[in-house]
Amino acid sequence: MKEYKTITRIEGPLVFVENTEPVGYSEIVKLRLGDGEIRTGQVLDTSEKLVVVQVFEGTRGIDKNATVKFLGDSMKLGVSEDMLGRILNGKGEPLDKGPGIIPEKKLDITGAAINPYARGSPADFIQTGVSTIDAMNTLVRGQKLPIFSGSGLPHNEIALQIARQSKVIGMKEKFVVVFAAMGITNEEAQHFIKDFEETGAIERSIVFLNLADNPAVERLITPRMALTAAEYFAYEKDMHVLVILTDMTNYCESLREIGSAREEIPGRRGYPGYMYTDLATIYERAGIIKGKKGSITQLPILTMVGDDITHPIADLTGYITEGQIVLSRELHTKNVYPPIDVLPSLSRLMNLGIGKKNTREDHKQVSDQCYASYAEGRDLRGLVAIVGEDALSEKDKRLLHFAAIFEQEFVRQGKRDDRSIQQTLDLAWALLGSMNKEDLTRISPEFKEKYFKANAAKTSSGQKEEHHGQSAQKADERGTKVSVRKPLQGLDEEDNK
Amino acid sequence: MDKGKIYRIAGPVIEAKGIDAKMYDVVFVGKERLMGEVIRIQEELSTIQVYEDTSNLKPGEDVEPTGASLSVELGPGLLSSIYDGIQRPLPILKDKMGDFIKRGVQAPGLNHEKRWQFFAAAKKGDAVSSGFILGTVEEMPGIIHKVLVPPGISGKINSIKSGSFTIDEPVATLENGTSLRMFHLWPVRIPRPSAKKLLPETPLITGQRVIDGLFPVAKGGVAAIPGPFGAGKTVTQQALSKWCDADIIVYIGCGERGNEMTEVLTEFPHLTDPKSGKPLMNRTVLIANTSNMPVAAREASVYTGITIAEYFRDMGYDVALMADSTSRWAEAMREISSRLEEMPGEEGYPAYLSTRLAEFYERAGRVIPFGTEKLGSVTVIGAVSPPGGDFSEPVTQGTLRVIKTFWALDAKLAQRRHFPSINWLTSYSLYFETLGPWLDKHVAPDWTARVKEMKTLLQEEEKLLEIVQLVGSDALPEKQQITLEVSRLIREFFLQQNAYHEVDTFCTLEKAYKTMGIILEYGRASIDALEKGADIGRILSIKSKDRIGELKFVAQYEPLLHELEKEMAKEFSVVSVN
Repeated sequence: MKEYKTITRIEGPLVFVENTEPVGYSEIVKLRLGDGEIRTGQVLDTSEKLVVVQVFEGTRGIDKNATVKFLGDSMKLGVSEDMLGRILNGKGEPLDKGPGIIPEKKLDITGAAINPYARGSPADFIQTGVSTIDAMNTLVRGQKLPIFSGSGLPHNEIALQIARQSKVIGMKEKFVVVFAAMGITNEEAQHFIKDFEETGAIERSIVFLNLADNPAVERLITPRMALTAAEYFAYEKDMHVLVILTDMTNYCESLREIGSAREEIPGRRGYPGYMYTDLATIYERAGIIKGKKGSITQLPILTMVGDDITHPIADLTGYITEGQIVLSRELHTKNVYPPIDVLPSLSRLMNLGIGKKNTREDHKQVSDQCYASYAEGRDLRGLVAIVGEDALSEKDKRLLHFAAIFEQEFVRQGKRDDRSIQQTLDLAWALLGSMNKEDLTRISPEFKEKYFKANAAKTSSGQKEEHHGQSAQKADERGTKVSVRKPLQGLDEEDNK
Repeated sequence: MDKGKIYRIAGPVIEAKGIDAKMYDVVFVGKERLMGEVIRIQEELSTIQVYEDTSNLKPGEDVEPTGASLSVELGPGLLSSIYDGIQRPLPILKDKMGDFIKRGVQAPGLNHEKRWQFFAAAKKGDAVSSGFILGTVEEMPGIIHKVLVPPGISGKINSIKSGSFTIDEPVATLENGTSLRMFHLWPVRIPRPSAKKLLPETPLITGQRVIDGLFPVAKGGVAAIPGPFGAGKTVTQQALSKWCDADIIVYIGCGERGNEMTEVLTEFPHLTDPKSGKPLMNRTVLIANTSNMPVAAREASVYTGITIAEYFRDMGYDVALMADSTSRWAEAMREISSRLEEMPGEEGYPAYLSTRLAEFYERAGRVIPFGTEKLGSVTVIGAVSPPGGDFSEPVTQGTLRVIKTFWALDAKLAQRRHFPSINWLTSYSLYFETLGPWLDKHVAPDWTARVKEMKTLLQEEEKLLEIVQLVGSDALPEKQQITLEVSRLIREFFLQQNAYHEVDTFCTLEKAYKTMGIILEYGRASIDALEKGADIGRILSIKSKDRIGELKFVAQYEPLLHELEKEMAKEFSVVSVN
C-alpha cells in the first residue's frame, strides 16, 4: 500500500492530501507522524486532485511531512462475545486492563438502514420501574426514547435506574446494556462504571468511553461503534440490547466542528444542514427485525442548551425518535426525583405496548386522565397566584390538589424504588380517588366501577390490600407510600405562597 | 452511450467527467452501478446525486448515462405495494439483499412475470389518443385498473385482444405499428397532463369531526398539517388515509421513522375499508424512504408518489396523497443544494424552495381526464415539521402560500391529550364556503349554520378564558358561564376524537351533525332556563350533558341520543320550574 507525503494543508481536524491514486469515499486512513505516532482518519471528500481526511485524534503535532496511508476499506469494529463486561475507548480499543478482543468478525460501523419492510412491530412492554415512564410514557422494546435534560439535572441517575431495573415481564431472555459516552467528564464516567460494577450490571454491559478530554472528532464514531456492537448482539446473538448514548449534545457539537472546518454552509445555529440525516443514521438503528429474536432499544440522553426544547439538537432528535422524556428544572428545584415533566413527555409507541395483553386494561384511560387532570391542575396554579385558592370552585380545588399529590407521590420515587406496573396504576387510582367520579371524563364508566374508590387517597394501605393484596404488600415492603394525604400538608402551603 | 469517469465524491453528490447527459438524466455510477441523477452541468463536469450510499466509490470509476430521466412504471400491480423513494419494491429488496438495505440492486417497480386478466374495452378501428381506455384489469377485488393509452401516443387500433397477459406483452397494436402494453413509463418530475382542471366542489369526507366540520378539505384540494414533534401529525395523516372516502391512497413516508412505516404495514392489511369492506391495504400504495435511507432518494420520493397518484386520477379515481413530511423533503433539497455549494436562501434552504413546493402542490386538483367522462382528483395533504414548532420558517411559509386548508397542530393541546390537536382558532379552510352548499344539501340544511354557531362559541370562549385567568369563572355573568360550559362540551365531545378507539376513530357526517345538535341544544335550553329564572348552578350540573361524550364510543348511537335528549328535556323542565 502506498504512503503519501503530499499533505498541502492542515486545518482544524482536517488534513488535505494531493496527488494520490484514486481513493475511495469514507475510506480509513492511517497517518504516521515524525515521531512514529499513528493516527486514524476517514476520507470526507475525494477527487482526482485532492483528498480531504478528518483525523479522529485531532491534528495537533501533524506537519506536512507526515505520511498518509489509505487502507482501502471503511471503518470496521471487530466484534465478539468477549466484549461483554469490557470497557473500551471511543474507538473500540480496550481501556481496562483486560486482554485485547479477538474479533469473531469485523463489521462496518456505518451500518445499513433496516429495510422498513423487514422491521418487526415493537410490542413488548418494558417495565422500567419508574412510574412516570411506565404509566405515562411507556417504553417499548425496539423503541428509541431520548431523555431531554438540562445541565445539572439528574439524567445520569435516571438512565442508570432504567438500565438497572428494566425488564420485560415474564420473559427470560438475555439482556445486554451497551453504554456509549461521548464527551462526558471522567467523574460522570466513573460514576456510571461504579454503579455498573456495584450492581453487577457490568457483566452484561459493554462500555465505550469518549471522555471530555478525548478528541472531539472521535465522538462521531463512538455511537456508531456502540450500535455496531449492539446489532451484533441483537441480530446475531439473539439478545435484547439497551443502548444508552450520552451525551448527544456533545456529538452534535463535534459534527458542527467538522462542518465549519470544511467551510460548509451552516444551517440553524451553525449546525450542518445534514444533521437530521446524520442523527437519523444513529437513532434509526433501534428496532426489531422480523424473524430475529433480539432487539435494540435506544435511550439517548441529551442536554438541552439553555433548557430550550426548540434548540436544533433537541428539535431534530424529537422529530426522529419515538417520543421523549423531558426533565424539568422546576421539579428538580422542588426536590422531586426523578424530575420528569410528563406534560411535554411522550412515548409514541405507548399504545403498542399497553393494554390488557401487556399491562392492564385500564392503563390507557388512567394515563389520559392523569395527563388531563394534572395539566388542568397546573394551569390553575397561575390563577391561584392571583386570586388565591379560596376563590376557586370546588372542582378546581380538587384539580389543584391532584396536581400537587401527583408530583409528590406519583412522580417522586426513590432511586432504588422499583415499582411494578400494577403498583404504579394502583397508585394512580389512589390519587385519582381524591377527585369526584364525575371529574374523570377520560375513563369509561366500566373501569370507574371496577377501580375507582372515592377518597382512596385518605384510606390506609390496609384497605387497599383487600383489592390488590399482593401488590400493595410488596409496595409496602419497598417503601412505596400508598397513603397520600399526610406528607402533603406542608407542600400545599408551599404552593400557596 | 459513452461512459465517463468519476472525478470527485463528497457524500451523496459526485462529479463526473466525460459523459454526455442532459439535466435530470439517470446515470449508473461505479462498479456497483449505483443509480443517480444529473443535477448540474458545468463545462465538462456533470454533478450527480446518487440514490444510494456512496462509501468506497473511487475517482476514476465508470459513469454510465442512460439517456432517460427518472421514471416510474405505471400499470397493474401498483396497489398494495410498498416502495422506496425510487419505486423499488421493498419486499424484493429484502429478498435480494436481506434485512438491511445495501446497494447496487435494481428492482423494477411492477411485477413483470405476473399474468393479469385483461378485458378489452376498445375495438379494432377505434381512434385512440392519450388517456384513452384500452381495457380493464381487476387489480384488486373490486378495484378496476383501467389500462390507458400513454400520454403522447395516438392512432387507430389495428388489433386488440382480451386474455391473460404479463405487462410486457402487447395487448393492442396501432395502425402505425406502435404496440401498446399494460404499463408505461412516466418521468416523475413532469406532471401528467389532463383535459381540463376543474374547481374542487365536493368534500373529502375524512370521518374526523374537527376536519369535516370546522376545516373541511375538498377532493382535489390541498391541505397542510404543520406541527411540532409530538403534536400528532403522523397519527392524523394515518387516520385520514384509513378513513377518508378517496378511492386510492398514496402514502409517502418521506424521511420519517422506520417503526411508523412498520405500523402502517402491519395495521393496514387488518383494517377494512368502510366503503368496500375489503382490506384498506388493497387501495393503498406506500412509499417508504425513512430518515436513514439515502437522502437523494428521499428527494425523489414525493415525485414518485405524486406521479402514481396522477396516474390513478387519470383513470377517473379520487386519490388522496399523504406526504409525511414535506419538511424532510425540503431538507433533502437543502442538503443536496449545500453539497452543490449553491448560494443559500433563508435558513440555508435553496432559493428555489418555494417554487418547488408550489409546483408540487399544484399537481393536486380535480380534473377531467383525457379518455373518460368520470372526473378524477388528487388531494394532497402534506405534513410539515417546522423546527421548534415555529410556523414562520421557510417551509411552512412556502407551503402556506399555496395550500387552502391549514390544520395547525398545537403542542399545548397534545400535551393535554386533546387529539386530534388541531387548534380551532388558528386553523382555517378556504373551502368552507364552497363546500357549504354540498354539505347542506347532502347532510342537513342547517349543517353550515350549526358549524358557524360552534365556531362563534369557541371564539367567544377564547376571549372569556382570558378573563377567567384573571378572576376565575364564578365571577363571569351567568350567560357567559353557559358559553364556557357549551364550549367545553364542544371541545371534549366534538373536537376530541380517539383515533385508537374502534368506534370513535371514524365518525359519519350524520353522527357529527347530531352530536353538534345536542350540544347546541343544551346551550339553547340553558339560556332559556336562565331567562326563566333558573339557578345557574343547577343548569351547569345537569347530568345528561356530561354523558354526550358517550355517543362517541357507540356505533349504534341513535337510541342513546334519544335517551339523552329525553333525559335532558326532563332535567331542564325540573330546573326551570323550581
